Amino acid sequence: MTTLPRFLARRCAEAVPLLMVVSVLVFALIHAAPGGPLAIYLANPQVRPADIERLRRALGLDRPLWQQYWTWLWAFAQGDWGYSFSDGRPVVSRIAERLPATLELVGVSLAGALLVTMPVGIITAVRRGRWVDRVATLASIAGLSIPAFWFGLLLQIVFAIGLGWLPSSGRATPGSGDAVDRLQHLVLPTVVLAIVLASGWSRYLRGSMLDTLAQPFILSTLARGLPPRRVILRHALRNALGPLMALVTVDAALLVSGAVVTESVFAWPGLGSLFTEALARRDYTVLMALLMLSASAVVVFNIVADFAHALVDPRIPAS
Amino acid sequence: MRLPVLLFVALLAAALAAPIGAPYAPERIDLASRREPPSAAHLFGTDELGRDVFSRVLFGARVSLAVGLFSAAVAGASGVAVGGIAGYAGGAIDASLMRATDAMLAVPRLPLLMIAAVVLQPSIPWLIVLIGLAGWMETARVVRAELRSLRGTGFVESARASGASHARILVRHLLPNAAPVIAVSITLAVARGILLESALSFFGVGVRPPAASWGNMLYQAQAALATEPWLAIAPGACILMTTMSVALIGDRLAAARGRNA
Repeated sequence: MTTLPRFLARRCAEAVPLLMVVSVLVFALIHAAPGGPLAIYLANPQVRPADIERLRRALGLDRPLWQQYWTWLWAFAQGDWGYSFSDGRPVVSRIAERLPATLELVGVSLAGALLVTMPVGIITAVRRGRWVDRVATLASIAGLSIPAFWFGLLLQIVFAIGLGWLPSSGRATPGSGDAVDRLQHLVLPTVVLAIVLASGWSRYLRGSMLDTLAQPFILSTLARGLPPRRVILRHALRNALGPLMALVTVDAALLVSGAVVTESVFAWPGLGSLFTEALARRDYTVLMALLMLSASAVVVFNIVADFAHALVDPRIPAS
Repeated sequence: MRLPVLLFVALLAAALAAPIGAPYAPERIDLASRREPPSAAHLFGTDELGRDVFSRVLFGARVSLAVGLFSAAVAGASGVAVGGIAGYAGGAIDASLMRATDAMLAVPRLPLLMIAAVVLQPSIPWLIVLIGLAGWMETARVVRAELRSLRGTGFVESARASGASHARILVRHLLPNAAPVIAVSITLAVARGILLESALSFFGVGVRPPAASWGNMLYQAQAALATEPWLAIAPGACILMTTMSVALIGDRLAAARGRNA
């Protein structure tokens, strides 16, 4: 176990320069805009040139770019993410108020996707090449190929507009919002997100189950006369589950970054639709914060996945 | 393999033949026949300006397929260059290139492209470059991994002993051996490019009207979902058919190499 803390420390140390590269990229992109971050004011005829000059000085945009970058990065690292261009409120509180909706949608979707993945991944591996496998494989490729926004539109056409069973958008009916109502709002976006996730995961689980089933120890347990069901569920699945859990953990970064497409199509008031709203208003402070937050989430969840994998499989830190 | 290839070739042919096959000009406005449901005169109906949706889907195919194919070429070429240099050079060059690859992979692709598209307001050729530059990382990784495993093998040593230059060893000896993995990753990049273009256009920051792409037709359709749902069917179905046929081709290519068959 002595290698594990060192392994973790190394991964965390690697994350710092990685996030620095990301921050340079994000910063450069925003400042590449013609007119810079103030472009939205330049386009507004009601804002006088003198006001823009005053804003430019107040926001420090007249200083050299590298100075601006350091000021921004330093403040960002300390949790000062600036103020939203569109309503003047702190970016941190705008993000904080949207986080619960994203946690709810993504959390439920991750759980739902896992419930689909387990049986599909196992059955397709065991019945490899049979019709179940072929149908499920085709379905999962379809799930990976379908544009999530179009899938969402189709569900809205059928279940909200056509049948009228479920609401087409939002998180709750204004004025109502009891548990049943909230649950109904959750169904369609969850289906979209869960199916897209489960398509990738079940193919992955199928692959790692096949790899495991091909190993000699499976043959030996079968030869010892253990029932096949037990061999598959207790021996093969246990070994195939590690890689899948790592992938699930990495995808769980969506909890913090938000599902941009799904949330926007269903007007789900989470971080994903905060992003598209900020994009429409050219609200650069919010956009930079969200992009940095997503990238940090990806990095952190990758480390968590490695850590969990290393706990389960002691061979990992050595490599 | 046959069916997905046939489907993809058919879509490609339809896109190329759009000027011959389309019954109307894609941008022809006919206010007398606005918002018509599908009929014999308008197979997929008409939109809010009376434009023929079938003709627009055909012309949209040219944009969507071109973006998918050319962005995959950009992604593939940059991926092979980065992965090839990293895998062949090793050491500090390899380490720094792979850190850059990790950094790019950490940034969510679609949001990054959405910001880039808003900031740079790209024309279609620039959109192709942007989508390509957001997609080289996977190719770079597999090419690097393949080259690392080939380094120090006999044929590389013998080429070096007979005086071949680094460039020659890389281009003539190593990359041809990596061709199968490159093919698979570029195939995946085509599907991803089409999906990214459609998503960008759906959010109104990709291909701009009046030019038709499958994505921006869906952007229009979303506003009239309750009254003219047919506007949303054909463009989306075309995207799905294209990306799925490409994904199936990639799947078979990967299976031919013996992985996950």
